[in-house]
Amino acid sequence: MLQQIIQILPQVLVDGLTLGFIYAVVAIGYTLVYGILELINFAHGDVFMTGSFIGAGVLFFLMSIGFLSSVPSLIVFIIVILIAALATGFLGVGIERVAYRPLRRRNAPKLIALITSIGISFILEDVVRFIAELKTGNYIITAPSLFKTQYHLNIHSIMPFFHNVTFQASFLVVLVVTVVMLISLDIFVNRTKWGMAMRAVAQDRETASLMSINVNRVISVTFFIGSALGGATGVLFMIQYGTIDPYIGFILGIKAFTAAVLGGIGNIRGAMLGGILLGLMEMFAAANLSTITHGAMGAEYKDVFAFIILILVLIFKPEGLFGKAVVEKV
Amino acid sequence: MSILEVKNLTKQFGGLTATSDISMGVEKNSITAVIGPNGAGKTTFFNMITAVYRPTSGDILLNGKSLVGLKPHQVSKFGITRTFQNIRLFNEQTVLDNVLVGMHQRLKGHWVGTLLHFPNVKREEENAKIEAYKILEYVGLEEYVNENAGNLAYGAQRRLEIARAIAAKPKVLLLDEPAAGMNPKETQKLTDLIHDMRTRLDVTIILIEHDMKLVMKISDFIYVLDHGELIASGVPEEIRNNKRVIEAYLGKGAVLNG
Repeated sequence: MLQQIIQILPQVLVDGLTLGFIYAVVAIGYTLVYGILELINFAHGDVFMTGSFIGAGVLFFLMSIGFLSSVPSLIVFIIVILIAALATGFLGVGIERVAYRPLRRRNAPKLIALITSIGISFILEDVVRFIAELKTGNYIITAPSLFKTQYHLNIHSIMPFFHNVTFQASFLVVLVVTVVMLISLDIFVNRTKWGMAMRAVAQDRETASLMSINVNRVISVTFFIGSALGGATGVLFMIQYGTIDPYIGFILGIKAFTAAVLGGIGNIRGAMLGGILLGLMEMFAAANLSTITHGAMGAEYKDVFAFIILILVLIFKPEGLFGKAVVEKV
Repeated sequence: MSILEVKNLTKQFGGLTATSDISMGVEKNSITAVIGPNGAGKTTFFNMITAVYRPTSGDILLNGKSLVGLKPHQVSKFGITRTFQNIRLFNEQTVLDNVLVGMHQRLKGHWVGTLLHFPNVKREEENAKIEAYKILEYVGLEEYVNENAGNLAYGAQRRLEIARAIAAKPKVLLLDEPAAGMNPKETQKLTDLIHDMRTRLDVTIILIEHDMKLVMKISDFIYVLDHGELIASGVPEEIRNNKRVIEAYLGKGAVLNG
């Protein structure tokens, strides 16, 4: 049994990392907004979904004008992901303006904003579904694949206890783009004046505003960045998995949120690590559950496995892996 | 001419009047103290100037321009920054970052430029760091640059608050009980710092303070509040001998027996 698990480990690693990096970037959207407003922005998963649909829309448009056949896929991909990121970035800023800022101005309890975000989430799902059905007659969309070259990594000949690994070119795209996004975000938050302002607002909004920081502007910037990252990841998701529907944001959003909690909510590096861990655990479970339980449980129980581990981690480290335990000063 | 002018300033919280009909003028480049017993409305007064509270009535003028109705970040943009009675640093950030937050307003980089790593924005960030370090040197905290602000000793935290406030290059600096909890040696250092800031930074300083030795030593002018009302104003010598002030601090008996 152990031998079987080890044999497929490299493949699990590849699949787990793909999923994990996607979780990681979406988790950052949750953690940024939570850090600054203490709001769990449930609409974020659907911003991710909207990004994937905007990406699909742009892709279909480029295809219809014959752009796709004349230009290398990589350039098409860059155009698609930039448009989707910009559009969802502004969508996020708009959602904050219309739905959350009026509540904040009236000092509404945080619970109200939470419920509002659930409402926004339903609105986004149905609007996207409506438009998709109007345009294509079906709300489940299969996007043309851009990077379908298959690669085989012959690990077996070097290390005989492993099986060979297969992956699509899109795996590399997902990996590179997410890593670039994560690194630039880290630099932005830790090294620049706007990142500094974000951290200051997260710690003490009132003092930050007395130090001449325009708090509303900082919140808008936060929503823009979080949503643009989410939307761009939506495009990556579409490219990697091919089929999208208006409800992919729900489950993925919950898992990304879970990843943020696992890493310590409000902590950006924590969200990255949490996402990667959750993706790896999920894929590990999907590949091995049936082996471990002798067929009693199939791959469809992968979420149970991943979440049991999550609960175990949180029992022993309730503040999350990177979170700081709150020490009460007397 | 006075740089900051306050006219008939009143603040009511429900039925409670925190400050009532206060008028005063603060001379440019002076050190002015606002004193009074606990609960006299001194911090409320500061909070109105920095737009934390909106006054119920009255006006606040900086160089003749009204500040009433502005948001806190706009007031600090106009050139008023402050420190806090209960220290309010960003404890989880480094000492250097705290000063950089104070400089936020002065850096021109737009967030779009920041996101796209424009070279001029990057250069500005680098220069800002050097300047922040110089400010820390000035207040004597350079050895703690990378320490988290929350780990500093109490007196050092007070000086860091001042560093953060002067990083914005204010015209008027409000210090809310800067010497609270300091030992005599730290207080002496603080006194020197306040003196030096006035000349070197060309700033007008208004402070709330309970340490009368400090107040009498550095103030050009003193305003005394009690129960939300302005009961006296004058140079230190006048305040020291003012009957109403002694009464407010020590009770009526002190004046009768004295």
